[in-house]
Amino acid sequence: MNLVTNNKWIGQRTIRPDGMDKVTGRAQFAADTTMPGMIWGKVLRSPHPHARIRGIDTSKAEKLAGVKAVVTSRDIVDFTIEKGAVMLGIQDMRWMCRNVMARDKALFPGHPVAAVAATTEAIAAEACKLIEVDYEVLPWSIEIEDAILPDAPILHEFNRWEGKPSNIMSRIEHKKGDLTEGFASADIVIERTFTTRPVHQGYIEPHACLISVAPDGKTTIWSSSQGQFMVRAMTSMLTGIPQSDIRAIPAEIGGGFGGKTIVYLEPLATMLAKKSGRPVKMVMTREEVMRATGPTSGSRSTVKIGVKKDGTITAAHGTFYLQAGAFPGSPIRGAAGCSFTPYDIPNLLSEGFDVCSNRSKVAAYRAPGAPIGAYAVECVMDEVAGALKMDPLDFRLKNAAKQGTKAAHGPTFPRIGYIETVEAAKSSPHYAAPLGEADKTSGKVRGRGVASGFWFNAGGESSAQVNITEDGNVVVTTGHPDIGGSRAGIANICAELLGIDYRRVSVIIGDTQTIGFSNLTGGSRVLFASSMVVTQSAEKVIQTLRERAAKIWNIDPEAVKWEQGAAHPVSPNAGQFEPLTLKELAEKAPAMGGPIGAGVQLNTQGADGGFGTHICDVEIDTELGIARVIRYTAVQDVGRAIHPGYVEGQLQGGVAQGIGWALNEEYIYTREGKVDNPGFLDYRMPVCSDLPMLDCIMVEVPNPKHPQGVKGVGEVPLVPVMAAVANAIHNALGLRFYSLPMSPPKVSAALDAGVRQAAE
Amino acid sequence: MAKIHVTTTINGEPMEYLCEPDDTMLDALRGPLGLTGSKEGCASGDCGACSITVDDRLVCSCLMLAAEAEGHELRTIEGMADGERLHPLQQKFLEQAALQCGICTSGMLVASDALLRKNPDPSEEEVRFWLAGNLCRCTGYDKIVRAVLDAAAEMREATREAAQ
Ligand code: FES
Ligand code: FES
Repeated sequence: MNLVTNNKWIGQRTIRPDGMDKVTGRAQFAADTTMPGMIWGKVLRSPHPHARIRGIDTSKAEKLAGVKAVVTSRDIVDFTIEKGAVMLGIQDMRWMCRNVMARDKALFPGHPVAAVAATTEAIAAEACKLIEVDYEVLPWSIEIEDAILPDAPILHEFNRWEGKPSNIMSRIEHKKGDLTEGFASADIVIERTFTTRPVHQGYIEPHACLISVAPDGKTTIWSSSQGQFMVRAMTSMLTGIPQSDIRAIPAEIGGGFGGKTIVYLEPLATMLAKKSGRPVKMVMTREEVMRATGPTSGSRSTVKIGVKKDGTITAAHGTFYLQAGAFPGSPIRGAAGCSFTPYDIPNLLSEGFDVCSNRSKVAAYRAPGAPIGAYAVECVMDEVAGALKMDPLDFRLKNAAKQGTKAAHGPTFPRIGYIETVEAAKSSPHYAAPLGEADKTSGKVRGRGVASGFWFNAGGESSAQVNITEDGNVVVTTGHPDIGGSRAGIANICAELLGIDYRRVSVIIGDTQTIGFSNLTGGSRVLFASSMVVTQSAEKVIQTLRERAAKIWNIDPEAVKWEQGAAHPVSPNAGQFEPLTLKELAEKAPAMGGPIGAGVQLNTQGADGGFGTHICDVEIDTELGIARVIRYTAVQDVGRAIHPGYVEGQLQGGVAQGIGWALNEEYIYTREGKVDNPGFLDYRMPVCSDLPMLDCIMVEVPNPKHPQGVKGVGEVPLVPVMAAVANAIHNALGLRFYSLPMSPPKVSAALDAGVRQAAE
Repeated sequence: MAKIHVTTTINGEPMEYLCEPDDTMLDALRGPLGLTGSKEGCASGDCGACSITVDDRLVCSCLMLAAEAEGHELRTIEGMADGERLHPLQQKFLEQAALQCGICTSGMLVASDALLRKNPDPSEEEVRFWLAGNLCRCTGYDKIVRAVLDAAAEMREATREAAQ
């Protein structure tokens, strides 16, 4: 590893390259563009949770003045179920084609059944009302308990579980040692069951796109997503247009958190544009976002942990049932694979079950599945520590995974930083500080909780191009949409390597036809992967610059070094020459061999997993049942913080989402099976006055397989939060909540029940 | 349905546009006026991404009819910087990494500016309650609150120096 020390730019809080556009309102997000001749698309959605579609009559809609095109499932490429899986990343196109447009059945309220393009939004909406759909309404189920009953309405008739039609679509397990023996040798065994509700990623920017299809089939897609290449590939597969004809341009993205890793509108808008011959713009309403785009799973988990009196964990068993929604693919891998990973447990069984139900298809949400599992495991860990009368951090330290620990999901850990996060939490000012007195006269009490979490982190395909401009500055192009400041990290790294001011480095995200394939912005991969390819590209550029200087000086390239933005002879022996700066070499480029630039494309490897440990203080108003987080510290092994401001930002953002999940956020359904709170007023995400400052402690255990030591950071910070809050509430009230959210009505009811019990 | 003709002032410039009776001010800004800095996150007054000021009063432009702008003075994010010179709030947002995706940023800045015009020396709590109508899903608000407090301090300092 060539870890650079004495960095000038790595580790600095530089101004992000795209910042100026975003503070002045210039930045163009998905809904901010227009094209000449543009018309508007709208989606007709199923009102039913479960219904067979016997027929669709679009003739009246087509006749309405101003309507230019109508599409139904007939216009979308069918991936038949019998032919087997067609995978694109983790998505099976058999489900994707049915999710973007219902085929034989509508599987959730909000499921698209047709789409219209018209000259105005109002006409398109009017035309949707004129489409006649002949539904045969079917019984439905939403909650896991209902969906796994033997006589539950079956969403996918082809599916068999233990020989019978079922909504259980698959199971995953990770196993280690002998469970029976492990529990037999335990002195204390605690087993609990937990439930969580579906929660939405909550990005503020609704899905939107603008698409033009020229008569020769050349297609331009302007949309915001977590991967322009994903948009291109899925649109290509669902419309039959070859990838080489689709230019997917990544708009600035207004938040994704995993929810923009699949397409919803693009294939529909493409077909509408193709049929109408006009560019088509589609923008979801907030209600459509809430009803039809992926929340993460609701869940039901049972966790059992056995320990010896000295605090050694002897065995653990976790069973995680996750709602997939309308199509298979809930994040059971994250729940079963991450939840026990911070600990070295000799005997372990971790199982996940993927359950379909009549709810929108889940989409990834920040460390998909891991926060759900960690909530259950970390709450039981807290109970066990309580039973042992051990400090919960000491209990974690005693069982901490470290270098050489074999994780149940496969790897034997290299040098990892979990212990460091627990130790940093233990010695933090927060953990040392007393809780402070609440105002008892007004019925307020306080408590503190801790929890840990793990996420796999990803590497994968990444491409970069580093070009030296004719005036001696730098343009870097990468292929992953930047959601949270990754361009700032790339600018720091490139400036560091080239030895120039970071403001001379411009970083842009290329479209699908101008930069090589780059995998989704997801899995906490972006800075890890893109800085690898950018580093290698920059090194090639430096090599060229040294060769050019050598040629000018007529010496060996090996006798030239690159330092502080200029070529120098390695030593006086090599010759006495004035340094040649980047600017000078760029000016001389035409005569010395041509333009200077290099690109690298790699399937990056070596992304180490990430660990975090959080401390949460709550204050509960026992009269109103309102729990407030009053202090929070997130500790995380971040590998290397290339731009500390945006690393902290990831930690703080994840924590805020977790606090929302813990205390307020949930999908509420009507008796008719429809989402009853499809807006920000009733789907209550944390607002500014709900939260305290969110403290961060960045532990840096560099990743030895990465040129700058980078580890993914974006997802881990959501993993421990719900358990940290739940443990703090338990500490305050002596009451443990086995379901989320711990919202005021639930807390009040529990307190009332507690009071009643005491009185009886 | 006949369109309505509106004459108004936006960011100090006289403006005219045509709108439908049921168009919102946000529709007009983002449509005929081409001012797409104001964003639509909800269209129901719950996210604040569409924040503008009307005669110095902070409003959600998604809750105002486009026709209501007649004769009023509107300010949007596009009018916040003074040419090349950023407003101290914009500068602090950049320096403090107070934006991640940036979709809430226009609204946050407009709302913070409206706060500092009323109250140049807000407490952390006052900032948090004032910005409670502006959702940010990325940052956890920490850096936003710090940036607003820092900008306020800097602006007070500048006023004090100017007074001397
Ligand atoms: S768009 Fe106006 S408040 Fe959300
Ligand atoms: S920065 Fe993304 S919503 Fe605030």
